[in-house]
Amino acid sequence: MNMANTEIETITGAEIVIRCLAAEGVEFVFGYPGGSVLHIYDALFKQTDVQHILVRHEQGATHSADGYARATGKPGVVLVTSGPGATNAVTGIATAYMDSIPMVVITGQVPTSLIGNDAFQEVDAVGVTRPCVKHNFLVKDVKDLARTLKEAFFVATTGRPGPVLVDIPKDITAHTTVFDYPQTVDMRSYKPVTMGHMGQIRKASELILSAKRPMIYTGGGAILGNAAEAVTEFTRLLGYPITLTLMGLGAYPATDPQYVGMLGMHGTYEANMAMHECDVLIAIGARFDDRVTGDLAKFCPYAKIVHIDIDPSSISKNVQVDIPIVGNVNSVLHELLGLIRESNRQPDKEALTSWWAQIDAWRSKECLRYDRNSPLIKPQFVIESLYKATQGDAFITSDVGQHQMWAAQYYKFDKPRRWINSGGLGTMGFGLPSAIGVQLAHPEATVACVTGEASIQMCIQELSTCMQYDLPIKVVNLNNRYMGMVRQWQEMFYDKRYSHSYMDALPDFVKLAESYGHVGMRIENRDDVEEALKEAFAMKNRLVFLDFVTDQTENVYPMVATGKGHHEMFLGPDRELA
Amino acid sequence: MRRHTISILLENEAGALSRVAGLFSARGYNIESLTVAPTEDPSMSRMTLVTSGSDNIIEQITKQLNKLVDVIKLIDLTEGQHIERELMLIKVKAASNNQREEVKRLVDIFRGRIIDVADNNYTIELTGTCDKIDAFIKALEEPLIIEVVRTGISGIGRGNKSLQA
Ligand SMILES: Cc1ncc(C[n+]2csc(CCOP(=O)(O)OP(=O)(O)O)c2C)c(N)n1
Repeated sequence: MNMANTEIETITGAEIVIRCLAAEGVEFVFGYPGGSVLHIYDALFKQTDVQHILVRHEQGATHSADGYARATGKPGVVLVTSGPGATNAVTGIATAYMDSIPMVVITGQVPTSLIGNDAFQEVDAVGVTRPCVKHNFLVKDVKDLARTLKEAFFVATTGRPGPVLVDIPKDITAHTTVFDYPQTVDMRSYKPVTMGHMGQIRKASELILSAKRPMIYTGGGAILGNAAEAVTEFTRLLGYPITLTLMGLGAYPATDPQYVGMLGMHGTYEANMAMHECDVLIAIGARFDDRVTGDLAKFCPYAKIVHIDIDPSSISKNVQVDIPIVGNVNSVLHELLGLIRESNRQPDKEALTSWWAQIDAWRSKECLRYDRNSPLIKPQFVIESLYKATQGDAFITSDVGQHQMWAAQYYKFDKPRRWINSGGLGTMGFGLPSAIGVQLAHPEATVACVTGEASIQMCIQELSTCMQYDLPIKVVNLNNRYMGMVRQWQEMFYDKRYSHSYMDALPDFVKLAESYGHVGMRIENRDDVEEALKEAFAMKNRLVFLDFVTDQTENVYPMVATGKGHHEMFLGPDRELA
Repeated sequence: MRRHTISILLENEAGALSRVAGLFSARGYNIESLTVAPTEDPSMSRMTLVTSGSDNIIEQITKQLNKLVDVIKLIDLTEGQHIERELMLIKVKAASNNQREEVKRLVDIFRGRIIDVADNNYTIELTGTCDKIDAFIKALEEPLIIEVVRTGISGIGRGNKSLQA
């Protein structure tokens, strides 16, 4: 450095924020302005490196950033103001947290001198978000700003990913200092593990090869860890059946015969039965969530369990496992693949043949069969038609409810990062804004949001954002005039007392879409379903809101009710008990 | 269910304590006592936390604590030989000669110290294990006790074992 040069450039905190984002390669910031982030917005105005996407509600900003992250693997970035801006963002932060999505949320804060004074638009953002972030920071000195942002990106994207919030008081964004973006991060208190323990991996490979009735159970960790290819190689090499969780869909091609469908509460008969009967369970990047396991006392009663996960606290949290392996799923699977290939042992062909015969017998129940002759529009039929209309190659986001489960059951995802839904928190309102993030990340791709008439209304204002940025998302509204999933539970467990689960005073969605400048279509006849979808997807440059008037009484099956085991599925009212 | 004494080195940051406390309340773990203060390195705090639970719960507690970004290192002291000490300040009635004599005798037996004397009361300082302090309180007749202040346990490993960053 030229010591004679006394004019070392100093810049404001606001400019530092933008330079850090640019240095991180951030393409989009999803945000909404307000008093305490005005300096940052001014800095945004003066540059072109980072594109700001103006949403209509801060929840929309977090979900959009989240959708972007899920579709790309890169962290989503959010910028909101203090107080109500921060609290509006909380639902989206919690959603990302539950599904381990990398996200950096920058919140403005009142000036340092006013913190703690109940100042205008003051809320303790660090305190409010503490339980639903991986970590958060309050910046107290402009000199710490660049390092803090670097650490925020590092923490959000490494280990088990998650949202990180950085709260920046307004005065800090006006203060000036020398900009020096650190190249590396060294946090003595944060050292995520990556490599699995070789001894454990060796033990696991032996157990895996000794299986007579093996089962591979893979979750969202395989997607987050970019391990879909390794999962596929591993599964094919062994010839074992594989099931995926709601979060894991796409980690293995759904059209492949070794795939036995999703497991859990609304999983397939064959997947759940194979879970119950297996003798070796290989859990990959999955966390034994209660919606997956059913009654823990009845979970996989005959199985020895191998569990690969990057988060030590996921291991033996709900289910005691025999061989835990803490590490990056992708690297552990590659180690395993190596050992299995080198081994002089082979998978037990004979045992596998009879195991597959058993699985095929379960499959022959055709648990996802539904009434194709109904005069009404069956929601399952809409999803199947959506699958056909998009050649199975779309990015599908979803809201929460029955439509979400049908999308998961009937859209066959062959690739990772194509299925984008709020599995952990189950956030209604997620579908449309997350589709914004996905479409921005992949401008040429087909993006559809499968939703319900209740969910869509929770973030409907983002139709305006879609207009502003020309996002040709296709909204597939399965309109059953009910909060269908709530109605289903009330039908089954509350003697049909449909307490407040109806949807009255619905808007005319066609006109609503049109008033935002989009195309609206209402489909009331089952024979029009396929044609409508075709027509909609042919409009490559338009957002089309397809309002399908579906059978109000349809329920999601199979179902493992609360307190039941995987082998105690209910296949439907006109079917025998499993 | 067993009592565990967990010793934690954490960043001496404003939010660190509430992260630990928040973790315990959010996940429904109990805290019997918790002490925290800076170490010889002012950038680090040392916390001793006493909790109880089944082996599974304790395993989860240590894993979840380790997951907190502000936690540098931790050790479950209960798994090895260690020393625990607690400090108590206790104010007791000492109005009559009789009461004064009795309290003084007990303080001697327990190797405590009278650190303040007023017309009608003594303030006593006592350190020891949690059990010893419980025993002292029990040995006093309840009506004599005016005020009890306990620090909660501080713990350290025996011998060469130490918890360092
Ligand atoms: C923010 C939020 N509030 C409440 C719920 C509870 N909930 C789960 S599904 C559901 C009904 C969703 O109805 P709709 O969007 O019409 O979808 P359907 O089940 O009819 O397909 C409700 C209210 C939730 N998941 N999220």
